Amino acid sequence: MEFLLEPLEYEFFRRALLAALLVGACGGMIGVYVVLRGMSYVGHGLSHAAIGGAIVGFTLNLNFYAGAFAMGLLAVLVINKITQNNKIKLDAAIGIVTTAMFALGVAIVSKLRNFKQNFEAALFGNILGITDDDLVVIGLVTATTLITLFFTYRALLFSTFDPEAARVLGIKTESVQFLFSLLLTFSVIASLNVIGVTLVAATLIAPAMTARMLTESFSKMLIYSTLIGSVTGIIGMYLSYIFNVASGTTIVLFSALLFSLSLLKKTYP
Amino acid sequence: MQVTSRFNPPFGAAIQLSNVTAGYEKNVVFDGLSLEIAAGQFAGIVGPTACGKTTLLKIILGIHPVISGKIQLHNNPANKVKPGAIGYVPQLGSVDWNFPVTVEEVITMGLYTNGRILPWLSKEERKSVRDLAHRLGVEDCLKQHIIDISGGQRQRAFLARALISSPKLLILDEPTSGIDIKTQHEVLHLLRDINSEGITILLTTHDLNAVASHLPWVICFNRGVVAQGQPHDIFTNEILTRTYGGDIVIIKYEGHLLIANSTPLHFMDEKH
Repeated sequence: MEFLLEPLEYEFFRRALLAALLVGACGGMIGVYVVLRGMSYVGHGLSHAAIGGAIVGFTLNLNFYAGAFAMGLLAVLVINKITQNNKIKLDAAIGIVTTAMFALGVAIVSKLRNFKQNFEAALFGNILGITDDDLVVIGLVTATTLITLFFTYRALLFSTFDPEAARVLGIKTESVQFLFSLLLTFSVIASLNVIGVTLVAATLIAPAMTARMLTESFSKMLIYSTLIGSVTGIIGMYLSYIFNVASGTTIVLFSALLFSLSLLKKTYP
Repeated sequence: MQVTSRFNPPFGAAIQLSNVTAGYEKNVVFDGLSLEIAAGQFAGIVGPTACGKTTLLKIILGIHPVISGKIQLHNNPANKVKPGAIGYVPQLGSVDWNFPVTVEEVITMGLYTNGRILPWLSKEERKSVRDLAHRLGVEDCLKQHIIDISGGQRQRAFLARALISSPKLLILDEPTSGIDIKTQHEVLHLLRDINSEGITILLTTHDLNAVASHLPWVICFNRGVVAQGQPHDIFTNEILTRTYGGDIVIIKYEGHLLIANSTPLHFMDEKH
């Protein structure tokens, strides 16, 4: 029992634990729609665009989140526009738009050497350096995601499963898609400091995939994924402390382990 | 050309298209189409692949824009129709059967209406889901995943989703495709029962024999209405040849119609 209580004596660990719990829950919730809408690559791409934006923001003396959000939103709008006429597929649009935005950030970093350390933190996450401001942002994003998903549950489910029939019933599927993209952008940016650009996609996808292996019901998948995301965040943080391994990677590795176990259970019941 | 279905005239028109032109970008699918479907009608649209059947359904459903013309549903402009007034069953071939939803979750999707705030269902809504599932014979599989039920049950589950909002008009895109002949009969009988309660039904199909034996009204369509009427009057060699562009054999036996492609297979092989 002591090994569970000992790390809680440290202020940085308590902050990190809360951040990991919230980011895990948020990623688990929104990840269900990301996986079912075939948008797994969007989360990955958005994190790259956002980091490009954060760097551009840094050069303009803007807040980290302001630059990341502006670029993330711009990426969503441009990707939606490019794919509107169905001539360019979503994966191709994400590939060009988000990589270009990331490249812009890298170009600026190579010119400004003093940003190098922050850049590495953004790439791989810096959960142990979470500030009060970070916690407020993560808390607000998680609460916004929870409330929005609660009130748009039926519209989101119907437009994800059968967009054409959803439109017949009066659901404005384009607006739903835009709202969802906005939520996803918020979630990715809130997770950046915790998990890092290179790992953020896994926190969106792994809990949802694990939940999918455990149930055939959508509502249960949503609940399971949120719980798995939260628990993964907490256990990942403890494992990180115990084995002295970077926290972002421990969280992602632990969620990959849970998915592997759920896959085994499904394959060999 | 103004063509009107007069099978059940006392109720007026459920669907009225006036001089409608529709298409995709530069490709006009049909031009200046006028068509009326009487309220209470049970009509099937038949025609070759890519003749505009699905486009016609989509403009009636309001999910595909028209280039010009006017569409009215029960004497109201199509865009003013309240959500839920039209029930729609898409082609089941387009459904993602691995999507994690139970039969119950599929049916309750139909209870969405604009302005709904809470995600859960009221007691009355739960009862109406159970009653409808019982009526359509899917009550026992409400908790099952959609991939674990039979083809007929799948069609019934999606039918229940379309009917749960008590629509006056039911539109189905190829409800007879991908299911065996027995299930096809069951589905069409069920639709006939639903129609007898006053719900107008419009469907598309490639199965001329199913239309001939189950539907009271048929519309032969090929980028416009070729002809419409009762199957016995409409399924003639001349009309079907004009609709499909190939030679069709029609056999009349003891009051039943049997429709077959007359082109022998060896002739087809030689042509290829």
